[in-house]
Amino acid sequence: MTDNHPRVVLDVENLQVQYPTALGDIVACRNVSLQVYRGEILGLVGESGCGKSTLAMAIMRLIQPPGRIVQGRVVLEGTDLLSLKEGRLRQMRWQQIALIPQGAMSSLNPVMRIGEQIADGMRAHGVEQSRGQMDNRVLDLLAAVGLPRSVHNMYPHELSGGMKQRVCIAMAISLHPSLIIADEPTSALDVVVQRLVIQTLMEIRQRLNVSMLLIGHDMGLQAQLVDRIAVMYAGRIMEVAPVEEIFDSPLHPYTRLLVESIPSIKERKPLRVTEGLMLDLRDPPPGCAFQLRCGQTSEICRSIEPPLLQVAPEHYVACHFC
Amino acid sequence: MASTSIFPQKDPVVDAPRPGARRILGRVNWSLVLGIGLLLGILLFGTAGRLLVSRDGMKLGASDFAAPPSRQNPLGTDTAGRSVLVMMIYGTLPTLTIGLIAGGVGTIVGASLGLIAGYYGGPIDTVLHSVADILLGVPSLMVLVVFASYLGDMSIVTMSAIIAFFAWPWPARSVRSQTLSMRELAYVEMAKLSGCSDLEIIFQELMPNLLPYIASSFVRAVSQGIMASVGLQMLGLGSLTLITLALMLSNAFSSAALTRGLWWWWLPSTIVLTILFIALFLVTLSLDEAANPRLKAARRGGE
Amino acid sequence: MSQALLDVKKVTKAFGNGLLKSQDRVVALDSVDLSIPHEPATIVAVAGESGSGKTTLAKLVLGFTKPTAGQILFAGQDVADLRGAQLIEYRRQVQAIFQDPYEVFNPFYRVNHVFDQVIKHFQLADKGDDPEEAVKTALNMTGLRPEDVLGKYPHQLSGGQRQRIMIARALMLRPRLILADEPVSMIDASLRAMILEILQRMRNEQSISFLYITHDLSTAYQISDKIYILYRGWIVEQGDTARVIENPQHPYLQLLIDSVPIPDPSQRWDSAISLGGAVDGREATGCPFYSRCPARTRRCLTKRPSLRPIEGEDHQVRCYL
Repeated sequence: MTDNHPRVVLDVENLQVQYPTALGDIVACRNVSLQVYRGEILGLVGESGCGKSTLAMAIMRLIQPPGRIVQGRVVLEGTDLLSLKEGRLRQMRWQQIALIPQGAMSSLNPVMRIGEQIADGMRAHGVEQSRGQMDNRVLDLLAAVGLPRSVHNMYPHELSGGMKQRVCIAMAISLHPSLIIADEPTSALDVVVQRLVIQTLMEIRQRLNVSMLLIGHDMGLQAQLVDRIAVMYAGRIMEVAPVEEIFDSPLHPYTRLLVESIPSIKERKPLRVTEGLMLDLRDPPPGCAFQLRCGQTSEICRSIEPPLLQVAPEHYVACHFC
Repeated sequence: MASTSIFPQKDPVVDAPRPGARRILGRVNWSLVLGIGLLLGILLFGTAGRLLVSRDGMKLGASDFAAPPSRQNPLGTDTAGRSVLVMMIYGTLPTLTIGLIAGGVGTIVGASLGLIAGYYGGPIDTVLHSVADILLGVPSLMVLVVFASYLGDMSIVTMSAIIAFFAWPWPARSVRSQTLSMRELAYVEMAKLSGCSDLEIIFQELMPNLLPYIASSFVRAVSQGIMASVGLQMLGLGSLTLITLALMLSNAFSSAALTRGLWWWWLPSTIVLTILFIALFLVTLSLDEAANPRLKAARRGGE
Repeated sequence: MSQALLDVKKVTKAFGNGLLKSQDRVVALDSVDLSIPHEPATIVAVAGESGSGKTTLAKLVLGFTKPTAGQILFAGQDVADLRGAQLIEYRRQVQAIFQDPYEVFNPFYRVNHVFDQVIKHFQLADKGDDPEEAVKTALNMTGLRPEDVLGKYPHQLSGGQRQRIMIARALMLRPRLILADEPVSMIDASLRAMILEILQRMRNEQSISFLYITHDLSTAYQISDKIYILYRGWIVEQGDTARVIENPQHPYLQLLIDSVPIPDPSQRWDSAISLGGAVDGREATGCPFYSRCPARTRRCLTKRPSLRPIEGEDHQVRCYL
């Protein structure tokens, strides 16, 4: 990376995460490197089993044993998270980096009012304020995500899915972190509510200048929200580029497949059918991870794993033919 | 060489092995191994022993009365001159048999009723689980005592039958609650669309997936059965003639073996019964784990 | 005598006790009319979000529950009256594919079990055809090689393979109608086309009609011939799919289409939309979309609109505007 770039908030270098199973180790993330710049939203896309949720957990150091981070660095605002002691790490979590995990809205405490939960989260991370000040802060947060004041005294079951998700967003921004990781924040929501939540994230980013890592599988949503996209397949990063280039001129065959697979609401087209052979993450073949599904492999693809190389400003591809 | 086998399309973080009879064998569970080992040991004692040692030692007056252990009678004799060792060998199988019959009948009846009640719901279920709850609340030993006193001496089979009367509610409830949550599953709907009748769904689709629960209920019922029979026999009820471990204990106590210092009479069967219960407990624990994967994760999480 | 293959006539499904207090009764479907013609084979989409009643509609068509009012007729026969041999015949003619390609398999058995069930109950072995051959043919029709999947357990196969096995299972019976309830929503995006293409091919080659139930307007737009838009138990718009989606009339449908994210960064959502606060309860009279509608009038609150056709097109909308 050249040094006339804006400051890097998150720098992940050569991260590798593995899970042992009875039949061998699964490498969920292999040699993953990416950066999130200040004030940007980086999208991370991939399909099931590609390792994107694992990556999110690894960045937060929330990987449960027997999974483990085998190598790599995760540098947040200059501090390597992987080498921190537990206490300091817990401080950084939520204050510097927040996670909205998948299914977050189902993990709200059902017997606690919303206002209490948000306040509790803040207090647990060292915020010491009077009752009145805390309430004001919570009300501000609710307003920031577009929720009415009345939500403060409601219980989770009184809220719709979209409202609960926005509560989770409010919790994530409560301590003004530099980076928010949102893992599939809209997957269980109806399409209209989904739009509302995405717009909320847009507003948050504008107002607070917080950086985001948006993990998802819906390319359409990514197009609406993010600045750059990283494409992941079988635990590896295949392409990273500005969002316009990903949709206008995707280089990696997998990216092209993803873009072409989006069903249009504007015009009817013949369906783009592919066969879906997934590789065994315990015993992957040598070479490119995408070789079983790519239409244009040759000997080199089957023997040497293509490195992630820069082909244009801010555009990186891991393919021998791009 | 790399394989290109098809890999299931699930996130490795979240994918956990689903419970089921086949998964039990995946991980070594030392409680299970120990429990089964002890059970096999006792079984061996009670079966192979019969081949090696003759019944004659058990006849009344076969040897000196109340004699301590000697070369001829390694565990001594009781007050009727019967070799304690021979009685133990020949008494083990009947003890186990009572448990097996009572537990087996109780489990089969209970599991079937539980499946039917859980699947159909409604009035059938209301009746069944009310009856089961009542029986579970009743002090079973008391009722058994009443039955047994009324019936006087009885065969092993009869004793097993009356004990089974109290053994069925637990498997029924355990299976019923699982069935209630399983009857809405997608593969049950699929089975209906494939033309399966209700009974086919209950016994071919649901039951095989409940085998861990049924197995664990069975072992529990066997324990319960043996304990009930021990209880009855200690009170001088139930089967009074066929020698079992419990009967030996009962006889020993009624002959004041404790105060008379005839330790060789009561101690061995106490030990064997204790080992038997420990073994059954270990097996029950392990099967509960197979049925409830969260327990298994808790155990392995600490490794 | 009904002209349609499947005729849903003014079907209402309500849950709750007999009291008529509106809070206690949940009306999942309200006076719904839907029809699928005998021919040509058609893919009919029913699109709706959660709470629209589409799941209830699926259960009704499959005969798992009975309507509170109205009738569901299949080839003229009321589905609610079917018993015994007639019910088996109905099951042969109307099959289903569900959303979760894992949950539909009994984990205790190999995947062959789903075929064995069908062979046994529909006496496929007696008709003189070799059932094994029938299984192989059905699998081939979905693009699977029998040797790749038979004999395996469900967890050993991918989601796409499992869903295709389920399609093959349905195909073995040569049904007239297959109800597909969100068949691709749990399949990876790059593989959805493969599954949907099979549905289209089955319509073209085997003359099987489909009732495609989904929340995803885009896929419904791409593969279906006719579409019904369901909102809170009401059909609010219906007609020829291309016409309806390209020229939406009902404010709800317009809102839905606008909310589908366009995969083009140069066409981003700009104006914020309001959802009219927490939407709860049911309006006792008037249009169910009243509380969220940007174009509502007083008339919308007083009387429910009925379906009004649009000139010269196969397109009807339930709106006063």
